[in-house]
Amino acid sequence: MGGDLTIALDNVQSLRYFAPELILSVGILAILVADLVVGKPDRKRSFGVAAVSLAIALVATLATMDGRARGLFGGLIARDPFTDFFKVLFIVTSALVGVAALRSRDAIEYRPGELQDKESGEFYALLLTSTIGMFLMAAATDLLMAFLSLELVSILSYILAGFKRRDRKSSEASLKYVIYGGVAAGVMLYGMSLLYGISGSTNLSTIYQAVAASRSTLVLVIAVVLCMAGFGYKIASVPFHMWCPDVYEGAPTPVTAFFAVGPKAAGFALLLRFFNGAIPEQIHTDLFANSPWPLVLGLIAAATMTLGNLAAIGQSNIKRLLAYSSIAHAGYLLLGLCSFSADGQRAILLYLVTYLFMNLGAFLVVLAMSDAGLGEEIADYRGLGMRAKFPALVMAICLFSLTGLPPFAGFFGKFYLFAALIAKGGSLNVALALIGILNSAVSLYYYARILRAMYFDKPASEAPIVAAPIHAWNMGAMAVATLGMWIAWTPLVGWVNASMAQWYPRAQTIVTAALR
Amino acid sequence: MNRSTKVAGILALALWASAFSTARADGGKPHLVIRPSTIEFGKGGGEAEVALENTGTAPLAIQHVRVADPADGFSVLDGPKVIAPGQATTVKVTYVPQRGRTQAFGGLQVYSDDESYPDDPRTPGVDHVAAAALQANPSWLLSGMVFIPLLGCLLVMFVPKGKDHLVKWVALAVAAVPAALAVLLFVKFDRSVSMASGNYGLQFIQHSVWIPSFNIEFYFGVDGLSVSMVLLTALVSLVAVGASWGISKYVRGYFAMFLLLEAGMMGVFCALDFFLFYVFWEVMLLPMYFLIGIWGGPRKEYAAIKFFLYTLAGSVLMLLALIAIYYNSSATTLVNGAPAAHSFDLMRLSYVDAPRFASAGLTLLGFEFAKVVWIGLFIGFAIKIPMFPFHTWLPDAHVEAPTAISVILAGVLLKMGTYGILRINFGLLPGASVWAGEAMAVFGTINILYGAFCAFAQKDLKKLVAYSSISHMGYCLVGMAAFTQTGFNGAVMQMFNHGTITSMLFILVGVIYDRAHTREIDRFGGMATQMPVYAAFFGFAFMASLGLPGLSGFIGEVLVFLGAFPVYRVVTILAATGVIFTAAYHLWAMQRIQLGKWNEANWPDRSHFPDLSTREVLTLVPMAAIVLVLGFWPAPILDLVGNGMSDLLAHVSQHQGAAALAVIP
Repeated sequence: MGGDLTIALDNVQSLRYFAPELILSVGILAILVADLVVGKPDRKRSFGVAAVSLAIALVATLATMDGRARGLFGGLIARDPFTDFFKVLFIVTSALVGVAALRSRDAIEYRPGELQDKESGEFYALLLTSTIGMFLMAAATDLLMAFLSLELVSILSYILAGFKRRDRKSSEASLKYVIYGGVAAGVMLYGMSLLYGISGSTNLSTIYQAVAASRSTLVLVIAVVLCMAGFGYKIASVPFHMWCPDVYEGAPTPVTAFFAVGPKAAGFALLLRFFNGAIPEQIHTDLFANSPWPLVLGLIAAATMTLGNLAAIGQSNIKRLLAYSSIAHAGYLLLGLCSFSADGQRAILLYLVTYLFMNLGAFLVVLAMSDAGLGEEIADYRGLGMRAKFPALVMAICLFSLTGLPPFAGFFGKFYLFAALIAKGGSLNVALALIGILNSAVSLYYYARILRAMYFDKPASEAPIVAAPIHAWNMGAMAVATLGMWIAWTPLVGWVNASMAQWYPRAQTIVTAALR
Repeated sequence: MNRSTKVAGILALALWASAFSTARADGGKPHLVIRPSTIEFGKGGGEAEVALENTGTAPLAIQHVRVADPADGFSVLDGPKVIAPGQATTVKVTYVPQRGRTQAFGGLQVYSDDESYPDDPRTPGVDHVAAAALQANPSWLLSGMVFIPLLGCLLVMFVPKGKDHLVKWVALAVAAVPAALAVLLFVKFDRSVSMASGNYGLQFIQHSVWIPSFNIEFYFGVDGLSVSMVLLTALVSLVAVGASWGISKYVRGYFAMFLLLEAGMMGVFCALDFFLFYVFWEVMLLPMYFLIGIWGGPRKEYAAIKFFLYTLAGSVLMLLALIAIYYNSSATTLVNGAPAAHSFDLMRLSYVDAPRFASAGLTLLGFEFAKVVWIGLFIGFAIKIPMFPFHTWLPDAHVEAPTAISVILAGVLLKMGTYGILRINFGLLPGASVWAGEAMAVFGTINILYGAFCAFAQKDLKKLVAYSSISHMGYCLVGMAAFTQTGFNGAVMQMFNHGTITSMLFILVGVIYDRAHTREIDRFGGMATQMPVYAAFFGFAFMASLGLPGLSGFIGEVLVFLGAFPVYRVVTILAATGVIFTAAYHLWAMQRIQLGKWNEANWPDRSHFPDLSTREVLTLVPMAAIVLVLGFWPAPILDLVGNGMSDLLAHVSQHQGAAALAVIP
């Protein structure tokens, strides 16, 4: 499964396929220069530049997308349908977060009496830089590039988490993030050095060949587990999840929304490429009767979703609750990798799309409400169903979708994840599916606490809460996407299949399905 | 919003939209398009021309054109040919109705070298199959019954604010449509149709593809069992709208949720695709949660979440079982002829794949596949019935729910459990069902006795009625577990009768609660002296519920006992003693409330207790009439379900032997 089908391009040829990143870089510079040259920093101008550069980057991505795999810059990064899928996902995420931050008092320090927002330019520049980092994470085909891109996203995340400088919680979140991130990165780097020791290369496909030929199983397992520290930290899986609730609570809400979707998806992109590109599913086994990866990943997945769901039950802050819920969702997503099948990995991509809309939707409601002056405790949401009908409805839709109830998008995503496990069969996979599905029943309990507060409890005051129009549009888009995704499901599945085709060509799976 | 915000908004929207556009040019490939993609025929047969067009850029080689198996009266004749890019050719499809059939669903398959179409997994080699649906006389009746309440749900939300009365009338009008359609269905349903008549003995079928990437079909159809349940649902819903007239809080929201609930319930009884069934099953949960949680009694939050969690826990097990079944089903074609590696079609899973599921050596988690899956499905349904020990959500939900919702809960929702067992457990896993028969009978008996004893102990009249539901649903389980024609008929009869009788009971409880704002049995007395009409209905409903001969409750119970006795003697005798306890708690409660002296100490002012209003009488009379008629003349229901039940029984007994001998198919 190495990158044999890749077209290798030299540095100059690569530039054409590196255009989206270059465009975003120009956008970043434009935002910063405009703040210096044009006049006082202005939030709308910064957003405008960011939006335009994201739009052009999207066009550039779509225009150079031809379904073929290319290795850029001597095999450091790849440009293939898989990368393109994630690029589109990241652009959508960043655009939505950008729009949300446009009206947010929370994201960019808001000082009454001042017309301009001094730091808005920096915020949008950081957002775009993170987007580039995520692009590179999804594209990295070299351990060095993987590490660099992961660190790029991480360091920007530390800054974004601490963006509210005068807010103690925000600073605390940032510091915690830095410390956990540093430890995780160090551990991962050690794992990578072991991989380099085994194979003598940092290129994923070279590692694949070396690993497939070698017999040093234990070292390989240790190396992979250590690398999982870095990936696990990025996707917030157990035992590298501790930063998640504090950071999600402390960070400005648009940033939290961004963290919950963007870097997590990037982490999964890197994880998928790492396992598909560098680590053969079956290794020469000295110690293990079967391939050790399903068990390793299965244990992490089961622990992640169980811990996430159980810890979420006791939360009283909505952002913390959603943080634990997003830990649980990392667990569900990992299930897709456990089965080591085409269906499972496609399910991850599908679920990420549904997760993008439903999770962002939930955070956008929190954002719109805190923007309108409401607190972030569940108790503050009492009677929201009467005070702010539309945001409450969007929240309800997103929560039902996160629970995995039909006909919302989350159900279809979860269905594919569990279906992949059961299709693969075997006691481990079926047991994982059982754990996963019971977990989603448990998750209803804490999601329902928000629903209960919104619809069943009496409000503290009857005064209606009005969300800013831009938030309302944003939330509406999320709700429509979550509610109506089944209409576009078949093309979506086709797109995902095409994105995974380099590792799992379509024809092959249909034949195996028939032979089973 | 100023201009730059608008520009930004438009840009964001464009970004969002363009994320979905994945158009790609295909260079130098043929592309086949079949027009139209659905070809419809009349009842009497006919011919239709279908265009095969090559919209690609290379010549298209068509190997052959055929009609998917089974042909069901469709035919097409055509040999290999090559179509140049941009050109089209036509083929002629003929439909000749098969004897005794009014509906047919098939597919036109075009084998070509267009690689964008999937390979037929059942034939060796790579052959790409494009498909178009052939439909003869598809019925829209069931869709109407399911989707009109859904449209009504939207309609209700658009009624201007403050016009609560209008909302109620709109809801009543909307609920009346499915009720009228259900009566039409009941009248037009051909009782002579059975398995032997083709289409698996189904009528009013609508069958097309919904989500092709996962082989999910949109498949509606009814047999006698479904018709009885659909009729029950439509009537109970209509009556429940009447019983909701007193709702004054968030009226629009209430009726929107109510109609969504009705759509979900209808869908469950009409859907014959397992996935579709599951979607409706879950869709029903959401409105129920809000209906209990917002409009319920003092402990509504607790009751709502308990109901939701219990049912969801059951249904996620069902989901796993559903997926496991799907992946063990055989390769087939979808209804439109497109090749499919697996299927969700409940009829196909029952009548073609059932032996596969029961085959020896097929395991799940180390146990026999059929048994594990059977248990998973059964727990999902047993929670809904609710079967002991999964029943504890029911008393809470019933007591806290508003009157009309209790009516729906007891009248319709509980039946979904038994319906699911009959349709899915018995259909898909007949061998495992027989294996579990004794356990079902025992649990059914526990339900009967335990429910009755609990009802004895209740001080709250509504809780008493709730426990009586648990007790009565036990009879259904015993009847089903017997695997005899009489037992099956009795179970369905009991399902229908319990639906009608318990609706009356809950309405009557609601009436007294509206007046007294308490339901404590001991606080009443001599009610008959003050509210004679109420007392008459009360007595009638209680007599029907305790199984007085001449009223419908008796028929169901006696059929169950007759059906079960030859199979499980001891269990049936124990179950039959339940009749005594049932009579006892019913009579005792009635005596305490209706008879004796008016309780002056508690209710000095009799003016709070006016007799039934016309609206209340109107909600009670339809059910009372059905109870009375079916008590003397149960044939309308028995004739309706007879053929379906005997086919199901034949199906189960056919596979019973196979399971016992562990024959590999």
